[in-house]
Amino acid sequence: MNLPELTIHEAARLLRERQISSVELTTAVLERIQHVEPKVKAFVTVTPKLALEQARAADAALAAGGEHPELLGIPVALKDVLVTDGVRTTCSSKILENFVPVYDGTAVSRLRSLGAVFVGKTNCDEFAMGSSTENSGFFPTHNPWNLDTVPGGSSGGSSAAVAADECLYSLGTDTGGSIRQPAALCGVGGFKPTYGRVSRFGLVAFASSLDQIGPFTKDAEDCAIVLNAICGHDGLDSTSVDREVPDFRTALRDDVKGLRIGIPKEYFGAGIEPGVEKAVRTAIELLQSLGAEAGECSLPSTDYALDTYYIIAPAEASANLARYDGIRYGFSAQAPDIWSQYNATREGGFGPEVKRRIMLGTYVLSAGYYDAYYLKAQKVRTLIKQEFDRAFKRFDVILAPTSPTIAFKIGEKVNDPLAMYLNDVLTIPVNMAGLPGMSIPCGFSEGLPVGLQIIGKAFDEETILRVAYCYQQHTDFHTKRPALG
Amino acid sequence: MPLTREEMDHLALLARVGLTDEEKDRMASQLGDILQHMERLNQLDTQSIPPTAQVIESTNVLREDEVRPGLPHDRALANAPRAEEPFVRVLPILE
Repeated sequence: MNLPELTIHEAARLLRERQISSVELTTAVLERIQHVEPKVKAFVTVTPKLALEQARAADAALAAGGEHPELLGIPVALKDVLVTDGVRTTCSSKILENFVPVYDGTAVSRLRSLGAVFVGKTNCDEFAMGSSTENSGFFPTHNPWNLDTVPGGSSGGSSAAVAADECLYSLGTDTGGSIRQPAALCGVGGFKPTYGRVSRFGLVAFASSLDQIGPFTKDAEDCAIVLNAICGHDGLDSTSVDREVPDFRTALRDDVKGLRIGIPKEYFGAGIEPGVEKAVRTAIELLQSLGAEAGECSLPSTDYALDTYYIIAPAEASANLARYDGIRYGFSAQAPDIWSQYNATREGGFGPEVKRRIMLGTYVLSAGYYDAYYLKAQKVRTLIKQEFDRAFKRFDVILAPTSPTIAFKIGEKVNDPLAMYLNDVLTIPVNMAGLPGMSIPCGFSEGLPVGLQIIGKAFDEETILRVAYCYQQHTDFHTKRPALG
Repeated sequence: MPLTREEMDHLALLARVGLTDEEKDRMASQLGDILQHMERLNQLDTQSIPPTAQVIESTNVLREDEVRPGLPHDRALANAPRAEEPFVRVLPILE
């Protein structure tokens, strides 16, 4: 038995039956990390000491008997924008290279209290700004399916770590596709919950009206288990919604009979690679053969969502990132006066993409441009949301490709920001409308994974999980593994 | 159209981000391209459309004003580059 390849639900059963110990499982995962990390480079920080302490505590709890949470003793990797008490949290930025938080974010503390085992913090685009993890201030992460290609981004370390069996699951964050797109490119499941479903307390802010935390898992059942753990109201985040959280496991039914699937024609337009379209259409046909009904729908503003996003997200980021001033934490440059200290701290601490977005956000918010850009974008955001509302009157879920392309070569788009931004064209509208969305593996094109995007109504994560679970009962793409050696 | 050097200087000042001349030149043309792409939004008639700042419906989330434990000074200052408990040290802001 190859322990790092286990799903959460398989490992939880083996732990409960005392066939394996958490220390055995954790040791196997840490060895796997040591073995593949020189190639994949998914982690900024690995925490073997903490992981083994937590594993021993889990084993003690298991030995004492009784009922236990399924996540007890299971190794997880956390995107390095989630603050972790006592563990360096860098946001893959030089400006936070030595930042050690003094508290846990809510999603992290929920996992900790359930007895999770933290194996490390994963690489990402700096402050989650990017689509390839090449904007990390430290190093790029490599796609386990082809080490010359990107894992997607911004949560590329979290997706690569799951694909390479360097953890059993991971957490990432999704502002414009940063969970779903890397999940697609790495051939794993990635779920972005409804805005407000998961507390953002302790998630280092990028664009506060869009950011959301979610899991990367090997299958839909694992996804439901992690959502059960991290969803729910939190008084520490005023945008966290006070609404009952269902047991997402009850949504795992092998049944899509009568389910109404909307297929937005704008998501199959120019720029979609033929291999991606073929895999996605084949997946939809399979669901139809299982009793779902599919029909075309239209989301006409899709084509404008990208521009809207690249106004709203940088605007919010330019305000959020004002906190990095070298005074209270983080890198601080030596300078003769306070103003040159601010300038030099931010010049030395931020990488090119972060600077670009701060400048862009400052521009669209500045006097004379606010109405033309920021206000205009907020109005288009309304249109995007209204179009989804209309579509969901006729359909239960919307299915589309997650990314227009398979994983691209490292370095291919790094000097062309606009080409890089186009990667997110199919994931951004979901964030603009605050909806839940998931990517699951649905095949391969040129040997690289293709993701099927499942978009649901606000707070209807359950239907998404049902579609994903049902699909995975009839396919085996989610069980395929890269030949990393 | 690339942003002008004056515009770049002004933005860099507002954002308090130091940039080299080379960075300013490169970014001026990149930002110009991105902003030009955004002109497409003007194809949409949004005159009667209200703006959306965020998608959840709650407003003014309030809580009881009660004393709760916070971080002790040493923990709160643990990451400050220059600290002198219970303060962070900053350079003078007034001459």
